[in-house]
Amino acid sequence: MARILQLDTAVAELVDDGDTVALEGFTHLIPVAAGHEIIRQRTRNLTLVRMTPDVIYDQLIGAGCADKLVFSWGGNPGVGSLHRFRDAVQHSWPVPLEIEEHSHAGMANRYVAGASGLPFAVLRGYAGTDLPNHTDTISTVRCPFTGEELAAVAALNPDVGIVHAQRADRAGNVQLWGITGVQKETVLASARSLVTVEEVVDELPEQPGAVVLPTWAVTAVAEVPGGAHPSYAQGYYERDNGYYQDWDAIGRDRERFREWLDTEIHGAGRSAR
Amino acid sequence: MSSPRSDSATGGEFTSDEMMTVAAARSLRDEAVCFVGIGLPSTAANLARRTHAPGLVLIYESGTLGAEPERLPLSIGDGVLAETADSVVGVPEIFNYWLQPGRVDVGFLGGAQVDRYGNINTTVIGEDYHDPKVRLPGAGGAPEIATSCGEVLIVMRHNPKAFVSAVDFVTSVGYGRDGRAREQLGLPGKGPVRVITDLGVLEPDLATGELVLSRVAPEVEVEQVRAATGWPLRTADEVGTQEPPTERELTVLRELKATLGNGESS
Repeated sequence: MARILQLDTAVAELVDDGDTVALEGFTHLIPVAAGHEIIRQRTRNLTLVRMTPDVIYDQLIGAGCADKLVFSWGGNPGVGSLHRFRDAVQHSWPVPLEIEEHSHAGMANRYVAGASGLPFAVLRGYAGTDLPNHTDTISTVRCPFTGEELAAVAALNPDVGIVHAQRADRAGNVQLWGITGVQKETVLASARSLVTVEEVVDELPEQPGAVVLPTWAVTAVAEVPGGAHPSYAQGYYERDNGYYQDWDAIGRDRERFREWLDTEIHGAGRSAR
Repeated sequence: MSSPRSDSATGGEFTSDEMMTVAAARSLRDEAVCFVGIGLPSTAANLARRTHAPGLVLIYESGTLGAEPERLPLSIGDGVLAETADSVVGVPEIFNYWLQPGRVDVGFLGGAQVDRYGNINTTVIGEDYHDPKVRLPGAGGAPEIATSCGEVLIVMRHNPKAFVSAVDFVTSVGYGRDGRAREQLGLPGKGPVRVITDLGVLEPDLATGELVLSRVAPEVEVEQVRAATGWPLRTADEVGTQEPPTERELTVLRELKATLGNGESS
């Protein structure tokens, strides 16, 4: 059964130095507040996993929380590059960042394998690309029935999977809808999971097309209204596009980034919700 | 966002980026199923849907099937896509059930570099993967879009840094390093059938896989395109000139762009 915890307690209990942590969200429902709490607790040596590392991963990397990134597309959507990520890869600032990169199809299938309790997944992928030369979690497998050679990718089983959802009930059952990305797979593939939610309600209302994660499949739930900002939570708030645009200038400059870290993350009055 | 050469290239009536977007839209036939990326491809696909191709089916990799956004989405996972889609599915499903088996007719790709054989690089600039000159965003959905879609349209602004003889890294395969990869790998899709730029259109020579100039944009000279290309660009036997955008295409395109608001790039 999921425990309902404060965000700071949940992150302190679930995320340790050196863990492999996936904070997932495909543009929608990105667990930004949980990422900020990881930075605030000065967690180190994480292997961060995400299909689409964006601004929150730029912040985690710039803050020195990670020494490895597993991903398939890293950018500031609609704006441009992630400058903290680039600085880490190109100049090892603030610490060197090892990378392990895939395609979206490969990453999605790695989560599916992890959620399914399988060691690897099969797909038609990576044909003709240079990615397998640099990524040792991409290989090939021969179909035992037809003899066809197919791409194989190693399962992903993070120590901690973190996602954001619209609602949970008091028993810790989680409900999310709209674009749900790989959130379900992330929770099911991970040894421990944290779901931040917009609100905890007495009873989950009917919601067509919603994904429900039963309480016994989730480790902890934390109520964090606005916890996906600057991304959006369908039915609650819109994406804050200005934040993404403003991040470009902050992320470009080490000094401005440090100031941002000091005031927005470590500053007084910014303690965990 | 317009490229600086637009005025000289077009006399100021429309920009070279508008020509490029319109050319991309015209490449989409009605009722085709189209895998759309954000930016110019999304603009072009939504322009096509509002002009000659009302039955065009848009799939965004965030999991939205048959999205019919009334404004341009700002990101691949914009709420307007989920709200207007026939169905919203998870990301594993979009790649495994919808893209992989060949249900998508057309995929749009772009990148930092494209080479003479239509291979695309969105990974690193520089020869050493571990010590890149520029770290790019990475593959995203592109490697499997490049191989599984019925055909691929590449849309990129034309300059010698982007149009290189051989890409530093093959993120998404066109015709391979030697122009022959598609048959060797037994890839289901045709690969890049057209590269649409702000200067014109390149198409592959099917015998060699090499991209050849087939059309130039209005008021653009062949020599201009050669100068912007990082390999000795061959030309088709007859190089045509693109039809300028019609008034209707321009009106609809500008209305669409206006829905983006706050200076977001296309």
